[in-house]
Amino acid sequence: MAERERRITPPYGGVFVPRTRVMDADAVTRAVTRIAHEVIERNAGLAEVVVVGLQTGGVRLAHRLVEAFERIDGSQVPFGTLDVALYRDDIGLRPVMPEAVTAIPGDLNQKVVVLVDDVLFTGRTIRAALDALTAYGRPRAVQLAVMVDRGHRELPIRPDYVGKNLPTRRDEAVDVTDDGVELGDMVRERR
Amino acid sequence: MRHLLSIADLDVDVIEQVMTLTDSFVEVGERRIPKVPTLRGRTVVSLFYEESTRTRLSFETAAKRLSADVMTFSVGSSSVKKGESLRDTVQTIEAMGVDAIVVRHGSAGVPRQVANWVEAGGVRVINAGDGAHEHPTQALLDCYTLRERLGSLRGMRIAIVGDVKHSRVARSNIAAFTVLGAHVTLVAPPTLLPESLVGWPVEVSHDLDAELPKVDAVYLLRMQQERQTEALVPSLREYTACYGLTARRAELMADGAVILHPGPMNRGVEIAAEVAECPSSVITRQVANGVAVRMAVLFLLLAAEGGDVADE
Repeated sequence: MAERERRITPPYGGVFVPRTRVMDADAVTRAVTRIAHEVIERNAGLAEVVVVGLQTGGVRLAHRLVEAFERIDGSQVPFGTLDVALYRDDIGLRPVMPEAVTAIPGDLNQKVVVLVDDVLFTGRTIRAALDALTAYGRPRAVQLAVMVDRGHRELPIRPDYVGKNLPTRRDEAVDVTDDGVELGDMVRERR
Repeated sequence: MRHLLSIADLDVDVIEQVMTLTDSFVEVGERRIPKVPTLRGRTVVSLFYEESTRTRLSFETAAKRLSADVMTFSVGSSSVKKGESLRDTVQTIEAMGVDAIVVRHGSAGVPRQVANWVEAGGVRVINAGDGAHEHPTQALLDCYTLRERLGSLRGMRIAIVGDVKHSRVARSNIAAFTVLGAHVTLVAPPTLLPESLVGWPVEVSHDLDAELPKVDAVYLLRMQQERQTEALVPSLREYTACYGLTARRAELMADGAVILHPGPMNRGVEIAAEVAECPSSVITRQVANGVAVRMAVLFLLLAAEGGDVADE
């Protein structure tokens, strides 16, 4: 669970308490492998593909996706990370703080950028990410890969590659790690 | 953080937060398009009662790279010439609905006074240098530049050389370097030191040649001839002979030690022209980092805190 998620989800600054394990570690690994194959199929190879993980939850998954590409195709796909804090649309409304330095490998002109995040929810992070990418060039295409699509979109954004579609209530929370995907709640920390 | 008035107000955590945040803004500066939309719709006013090149340009560049609107107030072309008081000027600016005021003034304490006046309206105030008191963003960018070259300031030995008496940069830097764990030695003739150093966490030396081999960084201060109302040194040539960082003296420094100067430099006085350009000199890095540090400060004051979500 990203620190930002923890801070801005009611009851603000609570802890994640898992209720149901939705995917186990093997299922996450299989999903990463499948998404890697889908990316290769859709782009007829990896020649122009650049993988960009969103801070913080998407970085680990992006890294695993790059590893999967190497396993399957033998190619080294450029890998970057993107922190969208400076592009958020809730600046001034909620606390915002960059959590890591953005690192984009080279110019994105004419590249196919695969944005990677752990959970797709309202779509606002992706909106900010699309805005941020424009500072690095004009990609030929931007595609979106997420481990979990939990619904509740507030913007016209859809994923291209999904690990699992997971219907949720708005007040639930989803935690994605290498060990699996858990559905649960944010609970105020008891002393 | 509500205002940035003095380093003395900041604890080590806030300084570290600024440093970490600056990493992100340095990266922004390296992009094809070095601009982020973070402060769209916000207005930053630079209110400079003293001349300045780098600080004013640096703040304005920082604000523009964050997409804020920037208004520049220069005393020469304003109603101050007609006798408008500082308070009335500040009230006028505040009434226009600005979000932050960057203040430079020849008198110590003016930024804090301005902050008190605008407190109710929620305007943020940043001290861009007040008299011989403080210049906090200069200290923050110096700390960042030193961290970049030395890794950490903890345990580092830093010599601050020259006109400490008139220097707000020295005061802010002594506070910042010390909070981050460095040891500071002031090197200057007695006439260029404050009359009392009681409570200053520094050592004092009058022998630059003896100090140079021992330090990890040497910070040269500008000879502030415009503030020196009495004859504090016999002549600038004599000052240079005793305290100037000449090419010969620069060779006394340890490998990897760095040279800083807040600018504007008096080449040939406190620093030799060729020393300013040598590989140990990080003077242009200081200027480049200044923009990123000021972006971090503007971000912390104007954007980092949210509205309705309480950080309980």
